[in-house]
Amino acid sequence: MSDQTRDPRQAPPVRRIVLDEPPTMVPPTVAPQNGHSTEPSLGAAPAPGAVATPTFAPRQAPALRGAYQATERMRADQLSIAYGSKLAVKEVTLPVRQGEVLALIGPSGCGKTTLLRSLNRLVDLTESATRSGRILLDGEDVDLLDVTTLRRRVGMLFQQPNPFPMSIFDNVAYGLRARGSKRPRRRELEPVVIESLQRAGLLDEVKDNLNHPALALSGGQQQRLCIARSLAVRPEVLLLDEPCSALDPLSTAVIEETVTKLRGEVAIVIVTHNLQQAQRIADQVAFMYLGDLVEYGPAGQVFGAPAEERTRAYVSGSFG
Amino acid sequence: MSAAAPRAAEEGPAWKPLDKLAVVGAWVAGITLCLLAGSIVVYMAYRGIQYLQPELLTTHPVAGSDQSQTGGFLDPLLGTVILTILGTVIAAPVGIGVAVWLTEYGRPAGLARAVESGVEIVAGTPSIVLAIFGLLIFQQSFFGFLSFTAEGSAVFGRSFFAAGAMMSLIALPLIIGATRETLNAIPSTVREASYSLGKDRASTIRRILLPAARPGIATGITLGMGRIIGDTAIVVILLGASLQLQGVGNTPVIGDLRGTGSTMTSYVYNNSPAGEGNAPQKAYAAAFVLLLIVIALNFIVELIARRSGGGAARAATMKVGMTE
Repeated sequence: MSDQTRDPRQAPPVRRIVLDEPPTMVPPTVAPQNGHSTEPSLGAAPAPGAVATPTFAPRQAPALRGAYQATERMRADQLSIAYGSKLAVKEVTLPVRQGEVLALIGPSGCGKTTLLRSLNRLVDLTESATRSGRILLDGEDVDLLDVTTLRRRVGMLFQQPNPFPMSIFDNVAYGLRARGSKRPRRRELEPVVIESLQRAGLLDEVKDNLNHPALALSGGQQQRLCIARSLAVRPEVLLLDEPCSALDPLSTAVIEETVTKLRGEVAIVIVTHNLQQAQRIADQVAFMYLGDLVEYGPAGQVFGAPAEERTRAYVSGSFG
Repeated sequence: MSAAAPRAAEEGPAWKPLDKLAVVGAWVAGITLCLLAGSIVVYMAYRGIQYLQPELLTTHPVAGSDQSQTGGFLDPLLGTVILTILGTVIAAPVGIGVAVWLTEYGRPAGLARAVESGVEIVAGTPSIVLAIFGLLIFQQSFFGFLSFTAEGSAVFGRSFFAAGAMMSLIALPLIIGATRETLNAIPSTVREASYSLGKDRASTIRRILLPAARPGIATGITLGMGRIIGDTAIVVILLGASLQLQGVGNTPVIGDLRGTGSTMTSYVYNNSPAGEGNAPQKAYAAAFVLLLIVIALNFIVELIARRSGGGAARAATMKVGMTE
């Protein structure tokens, strides 16, 4: 903590992650707007033109984040999801690009997790859920793909670390062992397991205990093990559902750093309640509210100069 | 913690007389139960050790009017072991299968509810009813190969096979219950994590859920074994009530299983003053051995629950008990 006295109205400094460098503190991009913010107009129907077709403005190449060329891997196209008769996601169109971290933000119940879970068709497991519109993975409709193939290509990380009750090695190797076929030997799997643990930033801590039970690891380590487990099957897209909400700040920082590093190899979508986290790691931000995609754009723009009143109200902390 | 908290508790409102009475009653009830359980064990140990001799465990029982000439209870002991193994071997795969189906599939919902109430009905049926029902079934000539067929093709319907099949029904609800309990305790995100790695439901069950549920399954099986060991009605009706193991035909194992015999419970019953044997010393000795077996099983259940770190396995709080 800095010892200089800060204006209490000023938002706390934001920790920025720079690749291969220690985290640095920078002033926040958002000035609190207490007094200015207005309650979002809950009753008023949003103008259909303004909401349903978000403008995909070219990103304003932030100095810290121009490292990767962004290529589109997934796209939700006019996607609506309903639970029974309740619409959870309303006609959302949203690209997911490799080379960028896309953060989905919004208050609880706004449909961001539903949207995320639909991208690998996990939402299909919910009995009452129905879906319309299209989800494309590299231009292919995901409904035409075999669901197991889709889920190998679109991995997911959950809110609670959920390693399987087996050894660290077996956790990472689990996805590699295809069903039915001859089970590959440990020696054949080892390079991939080691590499995945390395990419998830866990290898140094566990390389001597690969046979220890995964459940003996700390929460942060477990979550990184889950990242390694997902990476082992070489996904093209990685979905993160509030991956740090159950973790302490230190583990959170390590996970965020890992995610930032992975951005060039895997397209990353992260759902987060933590606006500071979205500011730290996201390149693109999509703000959802009551199932609508209210605003989508580069992180700096959504946080710094939001186009929509509701976005401004949410990112300034007046509701959510 | 603030220092004020305990003081506040001390200065709390005075107890009402009725509350005081209820608390005293709860204490008395608990202590009485402890004393009761203790006195059962102590009394059986006193009687058992008095009459239990090592050769009783290794000699065959013989029919006789004098207690000193009726032999030991090797055959009932073997009968208990055989029947327990047979019942468990039938009940375990069926029980695990039903539990997995109920927790992981359970569609259509109506069928799942029907299966659930079926399990409850089986669990609630007195074992003597199961025994009579079993006799009805296994006396059909279709099942003649499972027991002794007399001249004139009357099927006896009583054998280790018949008793084991009905015993499996006694163990089944316990195995289903404990397995479901552990499967339900596995968070749904563990399943979703497996699906997210491109695994289908079958391999998720096989590779993740069943290994994780192993302590619960083991608990259920052990509890079921305890029920089988303790049951008397099925033995008396379906095992043929021959004191010694009496095989049918010359096939070694199958012949024995088609044959009749006795177990520790039926031995205790037959030799107690209530039965016809009237050899109470033998009955006490056998009852003591039976009690030791059941206590050992309870201990194993506790051990499994403790080793697996509590939660799911301990949720199966129902302990091994003797019925009838």
